[in-house]
Amino acid sequence: MKKLFAKLLTKAASQNNRLFLITGDLGFGVLMDYAEQYPDQFLNVGVAEQNMTGVAAGLAFDDRVVFTYSIANFPTLRCLEQIRNDVCYHELNVKIVAVGGGFSYGAAGLSHHATEDLAIMRSLPITVVAPGDLWEVEQATQAIINRPGPCYLRLDNTSAPTQDLSNSSFQIGKARRILEGRDITLMAIGGGALHVAYEAAQQLRELQIDCRLVSMHTLNPLDKEEVLDAARQTQGVITVEEHTIKGGLGGAVAEICLESGVLPRAFYRIGLRRDYGCIIGSQAYLRDQYKISAEEIVKQAKALLT
Amino acid sequence: MIDTVSLAKKMRRHLVEMTHHANSSHIGSGLSITDLVAVLYGAVLQIDSKNPQKKERDRFILSKGHAGAAVYAALAETGFFDSSLLQTYCDNGSCLSGHVFHKGVPGIEFSTGSLGHGLPVGAGIAYGLRLDHLSNRVFVLLSDGECDEGSNWEAILFSGHHQLDHLVAIVDYNKLQSLAAVSETLGLEPFAEKWRAFGWAVVEVDGHDHSELLKTFQALPVQQGKPTCVIAHTTKGKGISFMEHKVLWHYRAPQGDNYVQALKELGGE
Repeated sequence: MKKLFAKLLTKAASQNNRLFLITGDLGFGVLMDYAEQYPDQFLNVGVAEQNMTGVAAGLAFDDRVVFTYSIANFPTLRCLEQIRNDVCYHELNVKIVAVGGGFSYGAAGLSHHATEDLAIMRSLPITVVAPGDLWEVEQATQAIINRPGPCYLRLDNTSAPTQDLSNSSFQIGKARRILEGRDITLMAIGGGALHVAYEAAQQLRELQIDCRLVSMHTLNPLDKEEVLDAARQTQGVITVEEHTIKGGLGGAVAEICLESGVLPRAFYRIGLRRDYGCIIGSQAYLRDQYKISAEEIVKQAKALLT
Repeated sequence: MIDTVSLAKKMRRHLVEMTHHANSSHIGSGLSITDLVAVLYGAVLQIDSKNPQKKERDRFILSKGHAGAAVYAALAETGFFDSSLLQTYCDNGSCLSGHVFHKGVPGIEFSTGSLGHGLPVGAGIAYGLRLDHLSNRVFVLLSDGECDEGSNWEAILFSGHHQLDHLVAIVDYNKLQSLAAVSETLGLEPFAEKWRAFGWAVVEVDGHDHSELLKTFQALPVQQGKPTCVIAHTTKGKGISFMEHKVLWHYRAPQGDNYVQALKELGGE
């Protein structure tokens, strides 16, 4: 996802000289083309995320679209107050990009596991987008450049193989229904989650369970209608995220359903259900370990429908 | 050019009235920066009260947002808004908050309050102005205690490296922070040497001497290719005898006899 994003941003920089990219000393092999082609629209501020975000706010102050780029929790949690006070409160055109959602850097250890970012960023007045496949990366990157105000873009190292299944146009805040279905809805956010949800959807269909698959690429603002449709039209809703179950997509869906009085007949959140562990491993390995897997989704779906 | 000494005097009266009315903190911090802010708004900043958003303007960020009342007073006295608005300071529903707030207040560039935010933002603005070939300057006023924040040192390193010579950091060095003396809490000395080591030009001035301040600000940048740090030696609570050098007046609002005495010392009734 990150290489495609960098390619798209480089192209966008050629068309818009007010577009600016700041990195916190990361992006080796990813941002090099951009940096070489548009040195006047690029800055490596060094390993200093608070300053990176403050400088981005300052640059955005005079009509620029400014991207900040780093990995895992560094461009979000490390400088959260700068995002809140400097960027969000001043409604500046700063786009925060975190490469490595969830367990993308699984073997790197706990410091590099982005498993609370969605919940935390969702609580701010900022657009939150986590594309599930390469088509969504392409669409979301352009949409974010055009969208005024603060945005957070979470990119995974995993992409779902669903990029050719799109028959809809992309819109921030509008969910993408990838598969139609009447029995159960799987609602996923991000590459890793959509990947396992798609796999689970295929297995459920083989079991004659008519499964709806939704890519909820935008968490903020959330597509309320799509959530309520799932609750009304199918027999159960399962949310899937490579993220803690506290406060992310599952939490947001539950809030909408409860407050609207439209309760799904059954509901389950697939996500991280335990506190910090001591194991590391690949993104796929850790997903399996923490039961963010197609197998677990199928198991929960069958349980909900009985 | 405005008579900045008389502007400072008016600002000090406003500070007493505002903190008295709101029963709010930070009068000591406000009095500490009054002369600096008066000289900046009265004689240095190239800004237009009738067109505060004009692109070609100097930028001023109060990073020590808790002293916002001093800036509100300066803006009112230099025509950005009517001084009657000052009477709403910290009132329910007012836009004049205890920490400096830009929404609804003409002339305030940036809201602060949490320390360590102003300098990185100022550095970003300065970097952007240079990209746009604008020669306007960016002034950021920090407190000494605020220099404990690591984010400032990230920005100091950044600005020196990028030779942002139209960026000016002014430190209100009154030697007192929230609970005790700076030297007892987290000493900054050798302070000027720290900035110099990070690639800045440094001048040390008496932060209450208007002619010295004016001379300093008219000679910027101190050195081509380097951002300037003005270390302004100041007195917390300056101008009201019983508030000077007292941590207590970081918090206490002038009431009763203190209020009457404060106004009397400022030449009021």
